[in-house]
Amino acid sequence: MTKPKTTHFDTLSLHAGARPDPETGARATPIYQSASFVFPDSDHAAALFNMERAGHVYSRISNPTCAVLEERIAALEGGVGSIATASGQAALHLAIVTLLGAGEHIVASRALYGGSHNLLDFTLPRFGVTTTFVDPRDLDAWRAAIRPETRLLFGETLGNPGLDVLDIPRVADLAHDHGLPLLVDSTFTTPWLLQPLAHGADLVFHSATKFLSGHGVVIGGLLVDSGQFGWDGPKARGKFPTLTEPYAGFHNMVFSEESTTAGFLLRARREGIRDFGACMAPFTAFQILQGIETLPLRMARHVENARRVVAFLAAHPMVESVGYPELPDHPDHALASKLLPKGCGAVFSFNLNGSRTQGRTFVEALKLFSHLANVGDAKSLVIHPASTTHFRMTAEDLSRAGITEGMIRLSVGLENPDDLIEDLSRALHAAGKA
Amino acid sequence: MRTVVAGHDTYAYTGSRAVDPGLPTVVFVHGAGNDHSVWALQSRYFAYHGFNVLAVDLPGHGRSGGTPLSSVEAIGDWIGALLGATGIAKAALVGHSMGSLAALECAARHRDRVTKLALVGTAAPMPVSELLLDAARRNDHVACELITGWSYSAGKQIGGSQVPGLWLTGNALRLLERNRPGTLYADLVACNEYGTGDASAAKVRCPVLAILGARDLMAPAKSARALIAAVADAKVVTIPDCGHALMAEEPDAVLDALRAFL
Repeated sequence: MTKPKTTHFDTLSLHAGARPDPETGARATPIYQSASFVFPDSDHAAALFNMERAGHVYSRISNPTCAVLEERIAALEGGVGSIATASGQAALHLAIVTLLGAGEHIVASRALYGGSHNLLDFTLPRFGVTTTFVDPRDLDAWRAAIRPETRLLFGETLGNPGLDVLDIPRVADLAHDHGLPLLVDSTFTTPWLLQPLAHGADLVFHSATKFLSGHGVVIGGLLVDSGQFGWDGPKARGKFPTLTEPYAGFHNMVFSEESTTAGFLLRARREGIRDFGACMAPFTAFQILQGIETLPLRMARHVENARRVVAFLAAHPMVESVGYPELPDHPDHALASKLLPKGCGAVFSFNLNGSRTQGRTFVEALKLFSHLANVGDAKSLVIHPASTTHFRMTAEDLSRAGITEGMIRLSVGLENPDDLIEDLSRALHAAGKA
Repeated sequence: MRTVVAGHDTYAYTGSRAVDPGLPTVVFVHGAGNDHSVWALQSRYFAYHGFNVLAVDLPGHGRSGGTPLSSVEAIGDWIGALLGATGIAKAALVGHSMGSLAALECAARHRDRVTKLALVGTAAPMPVSELLLDAARRNDHVACELITGWSYSAGKQIGGSQVPGLWLTGNALRLLERNRPGTLYADLVACNEYGTGDASAAKVRCPVLAILGARDLMAPAKSARALIAAVADAKVVTIPDCGHALMAEEPDAVLDALRAFL
């Protein structure tokens, strides 16, 4: 049968959501650095406020530059739309507060970015939202942790920092069996490596600071809705009143009725962004758009370089172990082959075969790898998670998250891989002598 | 709003407002495989500007019970039954695609109940390709992809939604995917087999507005000419650079045309 014509990922990376500016002909997406937008007349203004007409009112709620980015990531993820936020953390917060209130509960992978762990474990309980953390590989643990008041399951495509591969199809099936949505942090993989929505996830968010923008120059987040979840379906009925019951804060709008497919995004924008205000700046959106234009090219090179570095480290006598799912000894090797056929990204951790002092010597001896708290830069990065990103976690929590005192995390950049290997080789040599 | 029409639970979006017997009513009728939400912006506008709004989910669609009706004529009669069930003596009808033909049939068969008729993305006849019918018969996802691909103009295939942050084709695809098995096929068969458009148009006595997309591939503007010519009192608004998904591609242009007409 003839298949419908579809626009390919690489093309969408460059074009989705954008068009030459109708006023000036500018080919690049203009930076609409304006707080507000003029109303043609009073009736039009009222209609915009009441969602009878589409358009921009105030850049906290929406902005034309941000809207291009929102469409682009939705296209790349296979969603119905998205919301650009001030950071990845803001995207996670927006997803949670759109769905949950006090007394409700989340089941989350315990292999999370430290910032996400902080929000769930320490901050949200103050607002009445609690989380049970589970081994992301243990489906029975996910199931056992679900309570009557559970409203969300949450994990990362590749757990931080052990690269536990989230079995999205099975966790999504479990979530849906209980009338719950699955939220996935896809920062490490980007849609070029994995599209969680196509595997059953319902919501995806990114720290666009990382590979999407790609150059370590902005802070931003993106929250994408699949439009697939039935918020008032038989199994979910009554669980999501923010979407299925009249909202006094917006003329008694019932968001799931207003939009069959994008009710979640409507509520997130009309309440979460409006009231919490963690919006993205248009200049940030512009820079992330520039990054996404080359996402396919960069991700291919990131993965290619990571594979070279992984192979080097795995064979080095100073290295005890390398945690990369493409290696046969990684616990999720088979799952990674299925979900991540194009590669497992460019962020991974390894354990030095040496003391804590040798670990410090190694990090400080590196010249090309920059010692800092970020990943997904075009430049290669290194960090010691136990003393930085995960420093608030107890030794027990660290162990349960698969983090050791001697673990080193690398984010492999776009440099010539021979130069990266030379840098690592020299630092390992220095560590060996420490 | 929920009511019972022809024995089945029926949902109609009202803009979260109760029906006021003192206000004129507009009934919005969606096209094949869609639901009330395709009218979100336009229906909400009229609900807050002096009208009762009933943006229905047809039988077997969206939040309504029952099974899809087997012909355009049957849908037209069902709209008449909806008005009876809700105690509304007269209403303006706004239909899109298959819904436009159903609204036309209602206006022809229930002339005393229809005050105005707006046909959006209309054509008569409305033949459906064998490729699409075959895919829909098998509940093959390809049917959803074909409709989405043909419903948006080339420019909007790549984005540019007037609703901030909405990916138009992704949203359209997801709405089609929600159909119960057999629903889309039943709708497409109803469109394909409908053959009395011109004759029904000649029976209509109320003012008619046709809103057409200049780049509509599903219901090409030229295919509406005979129908429009058969209507006694017809106006035409053609929206440039717009495909079949007019309410999503050009929501303001559609709304402005409806405002001027209703």
